[in-house]
Amino acid sequence: MSKNSEYLIERENKQYEVIIGLEVHAQVTSESKLFSQSSTKFGAEPNTQVSLVDAAFPGMLPVINEFCIDQAIKTGIGLKAKINKKSVFDRKNYFYADLPQGYQISQYKYPIVGEGKVILDMPYGQKEIGIERLHLEQDAGKSIHDIDPNNTLVDLNRSGVALMEIVSKPDLRSPDEVNVYIKKLRSIMRYLGTCDGNMQEGSLRADVNVSVRLKGETEFGTRCEIKNVNSIKFMQMAIISEANRQIDLLEEGKDIDQETRLFDTKRNETRSMRSKEDAHDYRYFPDPDLLPLEISQELIEKIKSDIPELPDEKKKRFIDKFNLSPYEATILVSDIETSNFFEEVIKNSDVKLATNWITGELFAVLNEKNLEISQSPVSAKNLSKLINLIKDGTISGKIAKTVFEQMIDGDQDPLIIVKEKGLKQESDPKAIEELINKVIENNSDKVAEYKSGKDKLFGFFVGQAMKESKGKGNPQLINKILKEKLNG
Amino acid sequence: MSDITSQSLFELTSNVKEKKLSSGEITKAFIDRAEKSKKLNVYVTDNFEKAIDQSKKFDSNPNFDLKLPGIPIAVKDLFCTNGVRTTAGSKILNNFVPTYESTVTQNLWSQGAILLGKLNCDEFAMGSSNETSFFGNVQNPVGENLVPGGSSGGSSAAVAANLTPVTIGTDTGGSIRQPASFTGTVGLKPTYGSCSRYGIVAFASSLDQAGPMTKNVRDCSILLEVISSFDQKDSTSIDYKRNCYSKELSKDIKGKKIGIPKEYRVDNMPDEIEQLWKNGISYAKDCGAEIIDISLPHTNYALPTYYIVAPAEASSNLARYDGVKYGFRSPGQNLIEMYEKTRSEGFGDEVKRRIMIGTYVLSSGYYDAYYLKAQKVRKLIKKDFDDAFSKVDAILTPSTPSSAFKIGEKTNDPVSMYLNDIFTVPINLAGLPGISIPAGKDKNNYPLGLQVIGKPFDEQNILNISYALEDKINFKNDISDWWLSE
Repeated sequence: MSKNSEYLIERENKQYEVIIGLEVHAQVTSESKLFSQSSTKFGAEPNTQVSLVDAAFPGMLPVINEFCIDQAIKTGIGLKAKINKKSVFDRKNYFYADLPQGYQISQYKYPIVGEGKVILDMPYGQKEIGIERLHLEQDAGKSIHDIDPNNTLVDLNRSGVALMEIVSKPDLRSPDEVNVYIKKLRSIMRYLGTCDGNMQEGSLRADVNVSVRLKGETEFGTRCEIKNVNSIKFMQMAIISEANRQIDLLEEGKDIDQETRLFDTKRNETRSMRSKEDAHDYRYFPDPDLLPLEISQELIEKIKSDIPELPDEKKKRFIDKFNLSPYEATILVSDIETSNFFEEVIKNSDVKLATNWITGELFAVLNEKNLEISQSPVSAKNLSKLINLIKDGTISGKIAKTVFEQMIDGDQDPLIIVKEKGLKQESDPKAIEELINKVIENNSDKVAEYKSGKDKLFGFFVGQAMKESKGKGNPQLINKILKEKLNG
Repeated sequence: MSDITSQSLFELTSNVKEKKLSSGEITKAFIDRAEKSKKLNVYVTDNFEKAIDQSKKFDSNPNFDLKLPGIPIAVKDLFCTNGVRTTAGSKILNNFVPTYESTVTQNLWSQGAILLGKLNCDEFAMGSSNETSFFGNVQNPVGENLVPGGSSGGSSAAVAANLTPVTIGTDTGGSIRQPASFTGTVGLKPTYGSCSRYGIVAFASSLDQAGPMTKNVRDCSILLEVISSFDQKDSTSIDYKRNCYSKELSKDIKGKKIGIPKEYRVDNMPDEIEQLWKNGISYAKDCGAEIIDISLPHTNYALPTYYIVAPAEASSNLARYDGVKYGFRSPGQNLIEMYEKTRSEGFGDEVKRRIMIGTYVLSSGYYDAYYLKAQKVRKLIKKDFDDAFSKVDAILTPSTPSSAFKIGEKTNDPVSMYLNDIFTVPINLAGLPGISIPAGKDKNNYPLGLQVIGKPFDEQNILNISYALEDKINFKNDISDWWLSE
């Protein structure tokens, strides 16, 4: 089933393959921090959500927030991964002004979640990306260098916030796959409610590992890690730029140094941050303030039973039950809000029409207005009413578009619009026949031409009839009666 | 009635309850004596004014149901006390005033005790003689220019010199028991997980325990009863049913099996310690206990193991003292320079030595050879005790390999200083309870202690054995008050 895209970078008859692995840092959706009761709310005044534990006062001790553990287990289940019954919190020691303890509590040798997988829907088929592990760790605070000209300021609101680090295997092969992978990961976590995936607020960031090799080569090249990239676009740019940098080096016969790099978004290039020799020695060791984390099978089962239907399963159901194309199903399940909206609409209306209207008209409006589906100007209820009006022949698809345009303004009820504007479709055969007779009468010359073999004129008659009905004539009926009259 | 300050906690509490003494009288007596005892240098910070106010407040509305009714108590300066400076004996916390209270001290105040002040200790509890304190060494009331032991040296001296009725110390490798032994007092290190570590300045988290330091075993049982509690704020605190140690205190130890580990007969141990141990054994026999020879084969590895594990944890625990958030800061041109200046000026030599050792043993390439191996040996040491406790109810050993030494005698020889902890360290590594009781004197008339080691959570048993031995030993600490000034 797995198939590689052929994303290759060419250099004088040579083709290079790009190998990518991601370490995604996803903020756990939780009211309070991983080891303290401080709030995690985004956007608060600096240093207003800091407990004595977060600021590492003498004698303060971390106490695990069990909700965050549940969230990590849930995410692990969503990634079809092994949940480790025993895991250990370690200290990762390094000095920095926004790291109050002088160490980050993380999981090193024994993470809470082991190997799993994520399925990507690529244009060339499905591709499985392996998950190496998921572990829990605390976020650091934030150093602010651009407010005071002489000092660095520190905001500890983020200090101690729970993060899940999700490490992929080096299975990604192109910027497109990275795009789909991040979106899929985000989608799964949003379905689960374990991470809001908000990249603007820093809830989802990634360290990107990139290496290159000649096509056909089986050994991996030397990789570089690009730290802390916070949007999909920047990840893609960083990958392309870094891969080309590495290829240029190889082409010049130089070696690639294993190092940590930063992506300069303004100059669209990566810069060396520290070499392997300068790499921190984090002196990991088990945090003696915390006991090893033991998880019972009972808890895992309990969480499993609460897992909602995830995108892959939902997609399968949409295809099997509603006869949607894989493409349509993929679009509709990509975001939980979208799939919920879709299911709400089809409760009382036609599936095919609903699919077309949501992925067509509604998405166009959302795109144009830059809105999320949760902010849709048209409610599922009213969209479903509109679809029913089309289905039962009250209005034509064309009229429906006019009605929809008006519905956008304040989520108006389509029934009322149709009534008030008199847009109801004319479906009475007698009335249609009458107006067709009128058209035939007024265009006798054209009728003669038609009868002499100018078939193309049929469209002209339809147009005239439609015009005569002020756009309200049932198109199918007009077609049918016109044919009878003209061919009869 | 004897002089107020020489009374035991039990006597003072009874006198308060019988309204023979008020909290105000007691508090004033201890403060008066402290004013004349500055030469001992036991206090880093006193709380005398507030203590007087609080004692008056207690007397105006006394609650005699409390276990420590209006009793003034000084505590080791490693416990964070709300609104009262807490230094851990270090320059780096010289100006640090917590806005919170440690659970253990809160337990004292909840039972009616009043804070007299904060007692001197080795810097971050690293030391065996109280000589590493930024606030100067403490004099042992037993004799001039004699160390009081460490790290809870201010605490042991304060109890021995009648400057506090009882106190609490912390013990990471012997820091309660060794100073107790050096000053002729009683000191107990509870089972790891018995007393909350919340609000105690951390030295080595997997070893640190708070515990009582008192004049006698009965007081020790009362104080343990007060300070031991399950605390959700400390993830290593253990939720188990704690005894009413003082109520269940008994001298009846008939039939108890007491183990004598052969490995504790170390080379060059003074004859008088050997003799002390023999006496202890015969007293135990007199009380009807059964003496059983046991082996703790990995004893020799305990000290090196300890001096890997404890510095490793300390190097990480002390990283937070960086000049950024609180405490001492020495300004620099940039962050790194500020760190370097703050930490080199803020920490003393012994602390720096241990931070360096700890950093080294955790470094990549050395971790497996040192830290990981030490953790494995620690398991073996624990297993030695588990095996022994399948045959015996408690273990009896000397508390220290020598009596108190002179100030300055070992400051330039860290290894000889570390050897002081040889009998106490294994107990911390195994997480067991251990108590030191005064059991005799050496040729200089300096006190010597015996240590009783128990099974996890079996504090009652070692208290009872100590209570019985105390009665037989009938130790008298003749302290001449040589330091008193007018």
